Order: sequence, then structure tokens, then C-alpha cells
Amino acid sequence: MTTGLTRAYQHSLNSSAVPSGQPALEVKDIGLRFGGVHALADVGFTVTQGHIHAVIGPNGAGKSSLLNCVSGLYHPQHGSIVLHTGVEGTSHELTKLPPYKIARLGVARSFQNIELFSGLTVLENLMLGRHIHMSKSVLASLVWLGPARRQEIAHRALVEEVIDLLSLQPFRHKPVGSLAYGIQKRVELGRALCLQPALLLLDEPMAGMNAEEKEDMARYILDVHELAGVTVILIEHDMAVVMDISNRVSVLDFGRLIADGTPDEVKANPKVVEAYLGAEEH
Amino acid sequence: MSTEKTPYAADLAPSEPSGSRGASPAAYGPASGDTFPRLLAGLAAQRPKDTALQEKRYGIWQPLTWAQYNQRVRDFAHGLAALGVERGQIVAVLGDNRPEWLIAELAAQSLGASVVGVYPTSIGEELHHILTHSRARVVIAEDQEQVDKLIRLRSEATDVPMETVVYYDPHGLEAYTEEFLTDFTAVEAQGREWGDQHPGWLDEQIASGQPEDVAVICTTSGTTSRPKLAELSHANLLAMAEHLTTIDPIGARDRYVSFLPFAWIGEQMLAVACGLSRGLTLSFPEDSATQKTDLREIGPNVMFSPPRIWESMLSDVQVRIDEAGWIKRKVFGWGYAVGDRVAEQRIHGRAKAIDPLYWVADQVALRPVRDQLGLARIDHAYTGGAPLGPDVFRFFHAIGVNLKQIYGQTEICGIAVVHRDDDIAFASVGTPIPGTEIRITDEGEILLRSASVFRGYHRNPEATAEAVDADGWLHTGDAGFLDEQGHLVVIDRAKDVLTTSDGTRFSSAFIENKLKFSPYVEEAVTFPTDDGMTAMITIDPMTTGSWAEHERLSYTTYTDLAGKQEVRDLIAEEVLRANEDLPESIRIKRFVLLHKQFDPDDDEITRTRKVRRNVIAERYADIINGLAGGSDDVTIRSLVTYQDGSQVERNLVLKIVDMSTFRAPEGRGRRPVWSGRR
Repeated sequence: MTTGLTRAYQHSLNSSAVPSGQPALEVKDIGLRFGGVHALADVGFTVTQGHIHAVIGPNGAGKSSLLNCVSGLYHPQHGSIVLHTGVEGTSHELTKLPPYKIARLGVARSFQNIELFSGLTVLENLMLGRHIHMSKSVLASLVWLGPARRQEIAHRALVEEVIDLLSLQPFRHKPVGSLAYGIQKRVELGRALCLQPALLLLDEPMAGMNAEEKEDMARYILDVHELAGVTVILIEHDMAVVMDISNRVSVLDFGRLIADGTPDEVKANPKVVEAYLGAEEH
Repeated sequence: MSTEKTPYAADLAPSEPSGSRGASPAAYGPASGDTFPRLLAGLAAQRPKDTALQEKRYGIWQPLTWAQYNQRVRDFAHGLAALGVERGQIVAVLGDNRPEWLIAELAAQSLGASVVGVYPTSIGEELHHILTHSRARVVIAEDQEQVDKLIRLRSEATDVPMETVVYYDPHGLEAYTEEFLTDFTAVEAQGREWGDQHPGWLDEQIASGQPEDVAVICTTSGTTSRPKLAELSHANLLAMAEHLTTIDPIGARDRYVSFLPFAWIGEQMLAVACGLSRGLTLSFPEDSATQKTDLREIGPNVMFSPPRIWESMLSDVQVRIDEAGWIKRKVFGWGYAVGDRVAEQRIHGRAKAIDPLYWVADQVALRPVRDQLGLARIDHAYTGGAPLGPDVFRFFHAIGVNLKQIYGQTEICGIAVVHRDDDIAFASVGTPIPGTEIRITDEGEILLRSASVFRGYHRNPEATAEAVDADGWLHTGDAGFLDEQGHLVVIDRAKDVLTTSDGTRFSSAFIENKLKFSPYVEEAVTFPTDDGMTAMITIDPMTTGSWAEHERLSYTTYTDLAGKQEVRDLIAEEVLRANEDLPESIRIKRFVLLHKQFDPDDDEITRTRKVRRNVIAERYADIINGLAGGSDDVTIRSLVTYQDGSQVERNLVLKIVDMSTFRAPEGRGRRPVWSGRR
């Protein structure tokens, strides 16, 4: 067998060299304004390497804005976001970088609304996730000889492991547009994984799913986390899911951080209860 | 019925090797005195570079040559020896079909041990019974799911003799610290080392293996009780392979897709016994979800599947034809009619050599459907394990698939009687394979005798004595008779055979198959009452769901769908059609649509999907009484247990449909076999 005897995966999907338990991402006092609207005000928290870190909050609390700041789509007016990637303390300030440079540092994300190429197959979409790792020029790729070809085969091997991890085999050659919503969401997760992320940002991966699909998705996120060891920042509405699978939870309300702690701490926090259930009558 | 030997008794030749047949070179044919490890070594020496096994992994068919296969078997055998497995012991394997399953099997056989297959879906009591009864010290488990089951079993039961669990899919198991867990490749590596220290040891073991040694232990399907462990020797299985391939040659070039559990005798029969004696290439699908596409990619020449596979293929065709445009429906309808006519001639051995019309029909309508099902290359297709409805049978012949019924128990290596090419009566199961004698007792029980009759049940001489008498006859427990052409007709399990008030003997399975022929019916269980038959029916969620969508009927769950008045009417119409084909005394008078499907985890159905009548009779006694009493509905209490352990009890009202008052809408003709619509 060409892949050897073992069935274990040959590629690491986690490109971060930060030891588990060390800070992976430090968000410090960031503020984001759109005209007079304060989307984020003095938000700060630390994501620990090896955690599933959930960000929750009511609609319009600034969750997606926060994720957009981390991935470079928005640039906050003040504060800093520091990504740690190396053992020797290599770290990068993300607030001023354009999105593609942040992606190269290993920050991968999925979107709240599916952002895939619906006319391409699952495999092609996932191969696109490898794009930033492909080094051959347009010309070399067109000639499709030797190095360019070997490069594509090497990338395909990794993509196939992602397909296996997420059980996408039956859909490999199907156009993404023809697939069920839940599967498309899984393909999005897969594409982000193909980047071999140092940090994975998932923006509502379970939005619009039924209970069974949510359970499946939660299972896959846990697999990604446990098998691949990837640090995950997760935005999610479903409190039950969040409390079940996260190591740490940050709660936003009207652009402010109102709580940050373990799921149990957050559940017991009166401010969180107020934000979610409305003020208690006194 | 006579107790005298039938003419087939004359057929009983000692199982001499019959040399080369078909595409198989004589050199690979089994010689008497062979064992599976010796056959494998022979193939590795003669065809080292040919593909023995191929598995689709990471989107590519990854081949394993005979030489590599042999080497992995040797390494793993040494590894098992290092783990302390000795001659005569049993190794258990629990997992889906992968090359590792067969490597483990052949490795165990190489050192004189045997293998017991456990259905990968087995849980709790069943798993416990097999592991304790077989005293397996080493268990090969596929992945995290299976390992978790074994860890739980070990912590709950102290009497499990399991010492080592070897897994071959390590995903998710990295963090497990249990010391009895080890990786398959680690055992192979350990085996290589052990082999270096003991040169020649394994060759001695292989050479001293006897054909009478136990090769495989198959669990009997146990529709009535806990599974018994049937011991099959190398000689049993190779005799069976020899006899089967005498009538239906299988050669080294033939392709075979292995996707049914190796714990099932049918898979051992073709993949292992015929596979090794004829040097067949086995292909393993990537995943259970890709089975159908992988089957189509390989295009097997030989296939043996239980009825549910054939029934689901027919359902697939029905669903897809109903979604097709009218031109496709017309073309297929025409082609099918031609195919059906030609099939009728062919199964009686009267087909014309050249039939231009059939050729056209085949090209435009039938071959494409065969191709879609992955049956484009099929030479020999078999069904067995349970009766297949005659109408399903006929469908496959009409589209040009040479489907034949196999009759045989695990205790006789899965096959004793089979249809012959061009001589197929749908109601019968054919004639005995060479080397097999058949006899019908005065009570109408079918007895069989051949070189393939098993060694006995593992550690259960009483049961063995009941199954095989002193003269070597296997008492099948089935009732049947030989018709005028000498074909065996099986009625049912002898104790399930019923007699009507006018004295005709019939089987509930016969009526149930009539009902199950409807694409919308998944399972049906019938019960005799004073005024006729009643039935408990479960619907097929795929076809019924697609019908409901087409009818713009919204539903949420299975229970909801099965409770719809429209669905009841739909099934009532199907029951009406089935009744038209049944004698008056055994027609369905009343039926009920069950709120859930039968589930092997609830013991209602076996892992091979045979209904356990006694369990159902007990569990649904209220419903059965309601059916017999002729009430309008029955209320059942259903207990739902959620993941967090909380339980909710719900009352469900199931409506009983009375066929005597049901009227089908006017002007609806019979629907064709290949469609769910009219």
C-alpha cells in the first residue's frame, strides 16, 4: 500500500507550535467604531492554545465583528490583537495586517453564511483551501509537469485526510451547490482545516441546523479539536452546544465583554443571565 | 413426502478435486488436504504481483498484492504468537470489512487457531455471550467505537477472558491509556521481531495444520435464541467452494466487492473460501456511505447478498424512475416489458439465441439500469439467508441480472441448494449442489448431508447432537418438499408453518413477502386469527418519504409519517394488491402501521435482518390482541429515553385498518413492478 500500513493520519492539521496551555491569541482592549456606532468597546480576552473558546452574545453584540477583526476584514481603531505561533515566542500583531497575510500566519475561518464556490466540487473547494500553501507559478502549473504536479498530489493527500476526518467521502466529486445545507457547512469547516490552521475561527457553524445536524457538527468540531489539536474560536447561539463543548466562554453584549470564564462560571454570572433573559424584576 | 433418498443421493461423490474449471488455472484449484494459509502461500508464490485485496482509501483504490498480503499475514501471525495465542484457540474480530479483518483471520488460521466474527453492530449481551463462550483472549477491533464497547464490557463483566484488544483504526484512540490496547501495526512490528527469533516456526505451524481444524466460527443468526457458535473446518469450507464453483465457475479474473459482514457465513463463503481457492480479487469500499458508488466502480462479477440488499436496489430503481421525466419512464417501461418476456423464456431454458428487439431494449433501457446498480458485469448473483419475494426476483431477471436463490444454513457452510442457470423457478430454491444429499422426513423437515456439514457447535455437544444425527444428516428445522422437477421448495421454519382451516399448509413468510414487495413496506409480520390474517407493518421511510414529498404531505419523524391517514390509505391499497394474489383463507383482514421500525438493538430483528417473531409477539401483545379483536385502534405506551437519562412516557394511538371496509379509489390500474406510481 502506498500510504503504508497504519491508518493514522500522516499530516498534522495544526500548524501552531505554541505548547498547549500557553496563550495563542491575546485580544487587548480593542475598539471598533462604524461612524457613531460602537461595535466593540474595550474588549479583551485571551485564547489558550488547545482550547475551544466560545464567544456568545445576543444578536448584534459584536461577535462577528470581533472575528472579522481577528481575521483582518475589519481594522479596529484602537487596541491590539496578538497571535502567538512559535515556541520561541514568535508573535504577530494582527490589527494592521491585511486578511491574506493573516491567513498565511495560520488563521483560518468559516463564515456565517456559506462562502463556497457552489459550482466546484467538494474536492476542488477543499483544494482551494490549500492555495496559500502552493508555491508554483502560474506557468509551471499550466505546464503541469514534475514539480507542479507533485505539489498538487502532495496537497491532495492532506485534503483526503480532511475528507476522511469529516466523513465527506460520499460527496467528494459532487458540486457543493447540490449538497444539503448541513453538508455544505461541513465542507466550509473542511476548507478552513485544509489551511492547516494555527487558529480556527468558526462563525456560527450550526446556524440554521436541526438538532441532529447540530449534534453531528458538534461531534466534528470536537474531532477536529481532539484529533487534530487545533485551537478553535467558536461563535454560536445555541447555549446548550456551547456549554457542552467549550473550554472557555466569553460573553459580549452591545460590544462590551460582560463575562469571561469557564462554562459553569459564565452560566452563573448574573450579567449573562440578564443579557440573555432580560433584567430580573426587583 | 418420502423418507427415501432422492435421486440426488447418487450425486454424493467424495469431494475430489475436480481440477480446472472456467477461467481458473488448475494449479490454484483446491487440492484435498489444503488449508486456507497453505492456499494463500501458494497464491503468494505463484502470483506475487497480482492484486489480492484492494481497499478504497483517500479516494484511491490501494492494492495489496498476494505477496504483500501473505507477508502481512505472517507478521501478524507471529504477533499473535507473541501475544500468546496458541493452536486451537479462538481470536475474535469485531469490525467492518477491511483488509485487516482477513489478515487477522488468516494469521489466526496460520498458527492453528480460528477466528470468530462478531457483527460490528453487536452490543451488550450478544457481544458478551460470544466473547465469553469463545474464550477469545485476543480481540481485534476496528476503531474507537468498537474499542469503547470492549472497554465498557470489560469494566462491567468480570468473566470476559479478553486479554488484549488490537485496533487497526487509531483515530481518537491516541489518548487512551488502557494497557490491554495495542495497535495492529505494532503487533505486526512485534511479530516481525518475534519471527526473526523463531525462524521456521510459522512454516511448521502452517504445514501441520489439518483440513479438519476449525477455520472459522460463524454465529448462527439465532432468530429464536442467543447465537450459537458453529465451527466450520477448512475442509468444510473448501468442499463447499469446490462444489459451488463446479456449477458456477469463478476465476482469478473475477471481481468481488466485500461489503457484507465477515461474521456472516455468506461473506466467508465467497470472499474467503471461493476467494482463496480461486484466487479472486477482493475490493473493500471506502465507507458504508460510498458502498453503492464503489460497487459501481468495481462492477463485480459475483455477488451474494441477503434479500434486503436486492430489495433496496429495487427501491432505488423505483424512486429514481419515479423522479425521471416521462420519456425515460416510457422507454424504460417498454424495455422492461421486453426484458420481462425474454426473462420468462430464459428461466425455462427457451431463450432465442438472437433477439434483435431484446438487444435494443437491453441497450437503451436495461443495461443502463444494471450499470447504475453496479451490476453491469455480473455473471452470478445470489440471494440467500431469507426468502426473496418472487416479484423482486422477477424484476432482476427482467433487467438481465442472473439472480439465483441459495438455500443453506450456517451449519452447512451457507449453501446446499441453488438455482441453476436457465432453470429458475421463483417459488423454489433450485437443486442441491454436487456432493450434497437431500431428504425430506415424514414430518416434512428438510435434511441435508454433505462434506460441508459443520463440525458442531462450539462447546455445546447437546445442540450439536440435535442438529446432526448419527448418520451425518443435518436437521434444518425447515419444512419443505420437492416439486415435480425435483426443485426444493422451502415453506418456512417448520414451527412457523401454519395450516388453514381447509388444510393447506402455508407460511407467514410467504404472505409477508407479498406485502414486502410493495416499495413502501419495509417489514411485515403477520398473525393468524380466527377470521384470517392480520399484519403489523413498518413502512420504508425512504420510499414512503419520497412519496409523501411528491404528494406535498409534510411530516417530521417516522412516527408522524406512519401515523398519517394518507399513508395508511397508501399501504391499504398495497395490501389490497397483495391480497389479490393470495387465497381467500390467508388474506390480510386487518393491519396496523407500527410507530417505529424494527431495530436489532431492541432484539426485534437479527443483525441479518430476520424478524424475531417471538420477541415481537411478546412486546406487541397488546397490538396483536387489538388486531385479533377487531377494535378500531390500540393505545400503546412508548417510553422515550433521552441522552441525559430522563425518560418520558407517551401514549400513542395506532389506528387499525380494516380491509373489509377499505375501498381503493376507482380507476387505478396495477402499478408496474419498477415504479411506485400508477
